Amino acid sequence: MASEAAAYTLGEMMACVAARELKDGEVVFVGIGLPNLACNLARATHAPNLVLIYESGAVGAVPERLPVSIGDPALVTGSLMVCGMADVFQSLLQNGKIQVGFLGGAQIDKYGNINTTVVGPYAKPKVRLPGSGGASEIAVHAQRVLIISKLNPRAFPEKVDFITSPGQFSKGKSRKQWGMPGAGPLKVITDKGILEADESGEMVLTALYPGIGVDEVKKGVGWALKVREPLASVEPPGAKELALLREVLDPQKLFLKG
Amino acid sequence: MKSKVLTMREAVSSLVHDGDTVVIEGFTHLICFAAGHEIIRQKRRDLTLCRLTPDLIYDQMIGAGCARKLVFSWAGNPGVGSLHSFRRILEGKTAGKLEIEEYSHFGMVARFSAGAARLPFWPMRNYKGTDLPEANPLIRTVRCPYTGEDLATVPALNPDVTIVHAQRADQDGNTQIWGLLGVQKEAAFASKRVIVVVEELVDEKVVRSDPNRTLIPGFIVDAVVVEPWGAHPSYAQGYYDRDNDFYVAWEDISKDPVKFQTYLDEYVFGVPDRKAYMAKSKGLAERLNAKDKVCQGVNYGF
Repeated sequence: MASEAAAYTLGEMMACVAARELKDGEVVFVGIGLPNLACNLARATHAPNLVLIYESGAVGAVPERLPVSIGDPALVTGSLMVCGMADVFQSLLQNGKIQVGFLGGAQIDKYGNINTTVVGPYAKPKVRLPGSGGASEIAVHAQRVLIISKLNPRAFPEKVDFITSPGQFSKGKSRKQWGMPGAGPLKVITDKGILEADESGEMVLTALYPGIGVDEVKKGVGWALKVREPLASVEPPGAKELALLREVLDPQKLFLKG
Repeated sequence: MKSKVLTMREAVSSLVHDGDTVVIEGFTHLICFAAGHEIIRQKRRDLTLCRLTPDLIYDQMIGAGCARKLVFSWAGNPGVGSLHSFRRILEGKTAGKLEIEEYSHFGMVARFSAGAARLPFWPMRNYKGTDLPEANPLIRTVRCPYTGEDLATVPALNPDVTIVHAQRADQDGNTQIWGLLGVQKEAAFASKRVIVVVEELVDEKVVRSDPNRTLIPGFIVDAVVVEPWGAHPSYAQGYYDRDNDFYVAWEDISKDPVKFQTYLDEYVFGVPDRKAYMAKSKGLAERLNAKDKVCQGVNYGF
């Protein structure tokens, strides 16, 4: 346990787990931070033909440096296509061409509904968050969504204060009943294990990282977390993955601090 | 042809009025800080500011008291954190008032698309199962007359004035942009008045040699302002890089109202124009100048 803990950080583990979720040749809507690292890690390892699309309009991006923002100029240089945002949201996303979308958020509930708008009431927020950006439509239209977030009970309440991006079951209806085209959030990649949507749409624990117990995960979730047995055990990051993350993808540790 | 070239001071003074609905677009790329600063200097008031990402420029304009209302879809400091002037008001930590009207990115893009097409609204398959329509009653639904499907709608956005930063234009305002395009084109066509701010003024012949690069035709443009480095700390592809260090530093400046005011006093009120701003920002050009990565060009012959 101690030696494993020293061998890699939880951020590195999350980036590796997310990268392994991506299949070669898939079309991915990339976010800044861990999702960007995960996509570029996948591209450098098992998925060289992954198509990276950023909501800023860069399609088939091959960023030479770690983009700090989603509109970094390095996303343009050498990309396959640059299009306006009307094309991004209409011809790519609403058209159904995006296979995987990554989302995170200040609050994520047991059905994978995400809040990035306000903590507290909308009219008088305790904390005013940035809002949707493209997240709300990614949650509706991407063929599948992967959520990445570190566990803590405030970030994983039973019910979010505001639904910015719909999960598996929101405002009394399932995605099917709402007529949403994409499958929505199927997995939540946390810093301790993986949650997956069950048949009812509830996020349940399905896999643990090395050295982590079920109770540790339960402590980080604000609802009575169900466990699907037998729990899978997730492989730690390999030497090649770690070397790429540390030496090539995020040498300054902009997104891999923790 | 009569030149439309004005100074920034002249353009803002003649085309941006108190109470206007103002759009300074540009998604991360080509955000015209020079125009925002001039609007602050000329003390415009009661503006309705619209942008997908208010970014630091609207945070500065809000903190400087220019805005009555903000229409937006993502109000953060990209890759860094918060817009603190905006947050201070909405979280009730200061006496100021700011009305908000909130969409998602797709919603804002759709509003500009409707505006550019002079349609009353734009349909989209969005917002079901979210709290956004309750937060913003202007997000509504329409039943499709062909399929019977209920679709979300957003109303057209037709600003009084849109300000677009670009790499180059001729004196009539035929404007060429490359790199990230954002909603620059839709915002310009949606607008009643258009100001184009460019890194370089070029001869009409340069525009005509590569017409596919033109995003905005001169006949919808009211004024052309030539303002090198006018987008800093945002960027202009092929001219200068985004000043990520400034975006990081803004977190600390904007968190503290005293530091915020000192920044405005020094870099906005303390300089008459962008030239003086650049002279004050020593070492900036050397640090951010773009490296060459020139494309091959195409054959337009027939």
